[in-house]
Amino acid sequence: MTDRISRETIYDEAIDPDFIDTIVDAGADRIRTCIQCGTCSSVCPSGRRTAFRTRELMRKALLGLKDEVLSSPDLWLCATCLTCLERCPRQIKVTDAIIIMRNMAVAEGYMLPQHRKSSKKLLETGHAVPIDDANRAKRKNLGLKEIPPTTHSNEKALHDVQKIMERTGFKKLIEEEKEEE
Amino acid sequence: MTESKTYSFFLGCVMPNRFPNIEASIRLVLPKLGIELEDLEGASCCPAPGVIRSFSEPTWLALASRNLALAETAGHDLLTGCNGCYGTFRETLSEIHEHPERLKEVQDVFKGMGLKFQGKVEAKHLIEVIYELDPEDIKKHITKSLEGIKVGVHYGCHLLKPSKNRPWKQTQRHTFLDELVELTGATSTKYKDKFLCCGAGGGVRGSQVAVSVDIAKEKLDNMIEAGVDCIVNVCSFCHLQYEASQVQLNKELGEKKYQIPVLYFTQLLGLAMGLDPIELGLGVHMINTQPLLDKILGN
Repeated sequence: MTDRISRETIYDEAIDPDFIDTIVDAGADRIRTCIQCGTCSSVCPSGRRTAFRTRELMRKALLGLKDEVLSSPDLWLCATCLTCLERCPRQIKVTDAIIIMRNMAVAEGYMLPQHRKSSKKLLETGHAVPIDDANRAKRKNLGLKEIPPTTHSNEKALHDVQKIMERTGFKKLIEEEKEEE
Repeated sequence: MTESKTYSFFLGCVMPNRFPNIEASIRLVLPKLGIELEDLEGASCCPAPGVIRSFSEPTWLALASRNLALAETAGHDLLTGCNGCYGTFRETLSEIHEHPERLKEVQDVFKGMGLKFQGKVEAKHLIEVIYELDPEDIKKHITKSLEGIKVGVHYGCHLLKPSKNRPWKQTQRHTFLDELVELTGATSTKYKDKFLCCGAGGGVRGSQVAVSVDIAKEKLDNMIEAGVDCIVNVCSFCHLQYEASQVQLNKELGEKKYQIPVLYFTQLLGLAMGLDPIELGLGVHMINTQPLLDKILGN
């Protein structure tokens, strides 16, 4: 039988030594203490049915494989159930680390089209899941206000919410589409 | 009877815009328990802790702070019925309490908008407030025992985790929701992987629906095996996940294997309080609740 294990070389160019510092500074302060025990992967509901491995993601982050991590769709398989964060024997805020890397991915232009769509709805209406005709009717039949007392029925409130998203750079981030889509 | 207390009722997105029947049951049941609700006028999306927070954490923090600021100005603690919104508010408050510079950052974003925010408000899940009541007081409202009904209790994730920033005595193997369910006379049935995620959060339902539904399927199969009559949850997004996933799974299978009625906790409690199922919103579910109602009401 021939040796089927192929060599995988990580070239120096793929390593960004600042990547892990950015993750630590953003709040995942104990990530360097990872011992690769795999507890995170073993409790992951997404990992049970996909090739997503939290442990691998942590290792790649520690190695500084920034582009590989940020461009990978696997980064978006975490359901943020927080079980890995609870169970990590090193008390690493694993979920926080994933969220930090997702923020970096979006800043680099890696955003799934469905996520951009929900974000646009938030920008337009103040709700990521806005009201529709069917649910207006359902509300009315249930004796509720047909339009909920949220940004949906308050123009000043919607304006404030939009202003906030402009000031935090969210509007620009979502509307300015980079390489994706 | 304990004195009634008023809260600013935060709706979020999924509850008012997709499952207003949950909202109706909350508005009907809570005041009867002495929990008064005042609308949080002009509130927005919380925003979602695994979705918007994943895209732009500073935007998430600022919008969450705005919703909290509205409650702070109203002079009440904020009350939510969604685990995701609950997670967002708990984590936002802990972030600004632990890092005062983040509060300053938010206040800078609010400049000139007339929004005052000091982070002095509290955010509670309605199940937390119900659990704080004297169980004997709750029992006094129960006129229709749900004895014989087997409930699959689903807690959800953000209600319980991160445990460091949650009010529960235990960090795992919680029982508070089971205790509340059993006050109605129903039985909380053991099933495999009860504390597993529903699969909806983190933007997974939005972008990788097959993976998301497969996670829900695992829990649904475990509940079917345990022979539950219904699922009881306390999160509008978990509620959506169980309702919509069953419809989708049936469609894929070409048979109606998945028929477990999905009830929000206040719908179950409302039934035990003898309230009208239609007023509790039980007539507009994606999975028919009639078999359960027949069993309870003995039709």
